[in-house]
Amino acid sequence: MTEADLGVEIAGVKLKNPVIAASGTFGYGEEYAGLFDINSLGGLVVKGISLKPRQGNPPPRIVETPCGMLNSIGLANIGLDAFVKEKLPYLSGLSTAVIVNIYGHSIKEYAELAGALKGLSGISLIEVNISCPNVECGGMAFGTDPDMSARVTDAVVSRADLPVIVKLSPNVTDIRAVARAVEKAGASAVSLINTLTGMAVDLGRRSPVLGNVIGGLSGPAIKPVALYMVYQTAKSIGIPVIGMGGIVNYRDALEFIIAGASAVQIGTANFINPRAAVEVIEGIRQYCETNAIARISDLTGSIRA
Amino acid sequence: MSKACVMDENSEVVFQRKMADGVFLMGIESPGIAATAIPGQFVMIRVRDGLDPLLRRPFSICGIREPGVVLVLYMLVGEGTQILSRILPGERISVLGPLGRGFKPDEKDSRALLVSGGIGIAPLIFLARRLRSGEALFMAGFRSSRQVIQVRSACLVCPEIYIVTEDGSEGERGLVTDILAERLKGAASERGRSSIYACGPVPMLKKVASLSKEFGVPCQVSMEAHMACGLGACQGCAVPGKRALADAYLHVCKDGPVFPAGNIRWESL
Repeated sequence: MTEADLGVEIAGVKLKNPVIAASGTFGYGEEYAGLFDINSLGGLVVKGISLKPRQGNPPPRIVETPCGMLNSIGLANIGLDAFVKEKLPYLSGLSTAVIVNIYGHSIKEYAELAGALKGLSGISLIEVNISCPNVECGGMAFGTDPDMSARVTDAVVSRADLPVIVKLSPNVTDIRAVARAVEKAGASAVSLINTLTGMAVDLGRRSPVLGNVIGGLSGPAIKPVALYMVYQTAKSIGIPVIGMGGIVNYRDALEFIIAGASAVQIGTANFINPRAAVEVIEGIRQYCETNAIARISDLTGSIRA
Repeated sequence: MSKACVMDENSEVVFQRKMADGVFLMGIESPGIAATAIPGQFVMIRVRDGLDPLLRRPFSICGIREPGVVLVLYMLVGEGTQILSRILPGERISVLGPLGRGFKPDEKDSRALLVSGGIGIAPLIFLARRLRSGEALFMAGFRSSRQVIQVRSACLVCPEIYIVTEDGSEGERGLVTDILAERLKGAASERGRSSIYACGPVPMLKKVASLSKEFGVPCQVSMEAHMACGLGACQGCAVPGKRALADAYLHVCKDGPVFPAGNIRWESL
């Protein structure tokens, strides 16, 4: 039997397979390099980068919930300059697609970030974070409003020399409205879902568990919500959808692909099993071979409904 | 520490032994981790397969038993440790490690002062076994006699061991930091040649850090925090500290768990 073709194309960028490590769960790549060959990934998204370094939110920043976790990291990151100087040289030596996630406090900052990444080698795509629930200004404030989402997208697209993915928030009434708005503004793809806003209460202290009070829920607990949003969104836009939300194994990944995703991101699962992403790739390969599927891209949106 | 030596080992539990009220010692066959682990480092254990509980749990390494057995001393605190305590010898668990920066014992020390509170004794037992200096002093505090973990057998190099209980039901009555304070006050000539190594609850570590400052004795503390990955990726395990003299959040998994006491902003904890 011939080997299945796992390659996918997102906005003209060829990925060797549809499995990408999600932003905020994979550091800057190096953190996992000793545990498996990260070049086997379809791609990896670095921790969200802002213009200036960010310390992040006060601890505690993490709490476990049933089949999931809440985080309120607050986009702690080393900032653009340190990223380019200290992290990019390593990343540009990888043979997997490097996707840089950017985050700004204002439309101007988003545009500046996109401009600053111009001409740098070793980056395949930009992912725009308009959906982080853990920061006061910017982040989700942009992503919950279709007009603001479109303005951020337009600002980034017009400054960037790379295709732009916009990462969408599930904390909206109708995610399709935001997806359509960013498509119209020039996004090459959308990724969804970011975390769902939530909280946990410490009964003993009658206080929020997280130092930031609220956090973002991720993990298997959110998978059904994510699947439905991917399904809805894929039907209503023409650009590729990258699906994520609670994927821990190849079956989860395939469900997203069948529901309409062209590729998937693995997030929280990296924390539980550092080899989760490679195991998903291997599982998809075997599934395709067992079911005589020649190209993984044939499965995208193949749901019978 | 090279990142390349972090391993995810599917490890057989070789024994579980009750050590005190709600405290167990578990031996796990993890030859790769056992080969390179140093005192103060930790492992992330997946207490069972499946999705609930979802996250791995961090545990200090309490020692290495040749050949290739990693020792973990743990206290029942929640669902994860309850599940762990029910694992039978012969069953397997996923163990990721060794992780983090361990203690850096000063070989010039004439005296290492090991100070623990409760289950914080775990990494110090490992340290005591690895110290080359023959002059270590172990001060172990517990709530009461039922929680006391016998350290004598573990501490071949500690001629002096103080057990302290808050209710006086075993050893001396009081707080372990009272004993430390007395020692530091009484031994002016030794101060310049001693170092403190401490692990325990935050209020205890705060007191230890302030004593180390007051008497000018170097101090390394092992901290804990909620964490998801153990690898420096999630940035969940932040503690308020200083980096190059500027305020910063330090990460327990990667910058620690062992820190020079002066690098932590104790007033913010």
